[in-house]
Amino acid sequence: MSSVAVIDYGMGNLHSIAKALQHAAPQVDVRIVSDADAILRADRVVFPGVGAIRDCMQALNRSGLSSVIKSVAETRPLLGICLGMQALLTDSEENGNTQCLNVFPGHVVHFPESLKDKAGNSLKIPHMGWNRVHFTPHPLWQGIVQDSRFYFVHSYYARPDDASVIAATAEYPDPFACALARDNVFAVQFHPEKSQMAGLQLLRNFLQWNGQV
Amino acid sequence: MSLAKRIIPCLDVDNGRVVKGVKFVDIRDAGDPVEIARRYDREGADEITFLDITATHHDRDTIVHVVEQVASEVFIPLTVGGGIRTLDDIRRMLNAGADKVGINSAAVFNPEFVREAAERFGSQCIVVAIDAKKVSQAGEDNRWEIFTHGGRKATGIDAVEWAKKMVAYGAGEILLTSMDRDGTREGFDLLLTRAISEAVPVPVIASGGVGNLDHLADGVIEGKADAVLAASIFHFAEYSIQQAKEHMAARGIEVRLT
Repeated sequence: MSSVAVIDYGMGNLHSIAKALQHAAPQVDVRIVSDADAILRADRVVFPGVGAIRDCMQALNRSGLSSVIKSVAETRPLLGICLGMQALLTDSEENGNTQCLNVFPGHVVHFPESLKDKAGNSLKIPHMGWNRVHFTPHPLWQGIVQDSRFYFVHSYYARPDDASVIAATAEYPDPFACALARDNVFAVQFHPEKSQMAGLQLLRNFLQWNGQV
Repeated sequence: MSLAKRIIPCLDVDNGRVVKGVKFVDIRDAGDPVEIARRYDREGADEITFLDITATHHDRDTIVHVVEQVASEVFIPLTVGGGIRTLDDIRRMLNAGADKVGINSAAVFNPEFVREAAERFGSQCIVVAIDAKKVSQAGEDNRWEIFTHGGRKATGIDAVEWAKKMVAYGAGEILLTSMDRDGTREGFDLLLTRAISEAVPVPVIASGGVGNLDHLADGVIEGKADAVLAASIFHFAEYSIQQAKEHMAARGIEVRLT
């Protein structure tokens, strides 16, 4: 039986993601874990997160999980979700330039103030709701229709230095990177655990993924 | 632009059963919340909101079980409101599988609670529910005030100012209910909805008064709402969520069609 570890570092609610993983693949052993050994024993690792990046990085650094995540990023399939994706960049503008894990060189920036759509209506921040995701080929999109909608809630987004790691974009109103991929690491800004069929399919794909592109 | 406007069915849950009253009387039993949530999910609801109207504290565990059951099989955002007064109440709901909580009266009695909740759990899961009623007279500029106790008690607080204050305190979203329209089936208070939506940077959910599908579209087009919430038109299968979305799409609104 394959296993997946959902990293618990005290940031937010992991029940949704654990329930969705279990539903997507009932035969997989899903564990919510916080100690390094348990994380490194799992076949695959999910790195979720909600809230503010400074608290997130403090929790990761204090617990020593920063280095564990970096080591997972070199060895086995890793899925970063929402703040877990943002934490994989080099740094974030949030909370006055917070240093992150630098798995994907690049920055996390805030949506510009006073965004307007083409009709001139102001766009709300956070970017919240179901938006279309336009992806480039990758095993994790298997069985998902191009431009499917996924559920987002965030005010910051990733801007990687190397555009070739962008695995998908969404528009608000300009295109931004909403999924990143390199080797065995995949990261999404949206919440697959809250994105109904398309989200469950992505999780199912991750749970079958061998980390090869 | 491709962010969809959301349709959110709301389930008023009393001691484990979905009920819906007209102006808070004539409560009709509309069925089992888990069953109904499943149906809404199948029909393409963008989120589901549970409003716990159970009167006694003792019976509040019921809603926790409902949320747990729904969250283990329905994978869209779930919000729970009603009786959220402490950080511990929030933690229980999130642990049961809710993604957001709606804070209503507790915010009015103690605004700091919203700040504490947002700091502890993140703004993304803090929805401040505002019950507003028009207080201006004919001929005056429109003015709405916050009411508590199901619309019975005036607070003297201006609704637009209150919405701005709640966002400053950390609300990630505003659920706005017109107490003048709730249960009337006459449509949203569009002027109220627009006044609040244009005053705050966060998404606003319009609520109170939906009687037909045009009302939903009006809430977005004229009220500038980011999401629309309705209860009774969906419970009794007058309209499906799918029909509502098709209708909104026909009026030029971007929706998620599954």
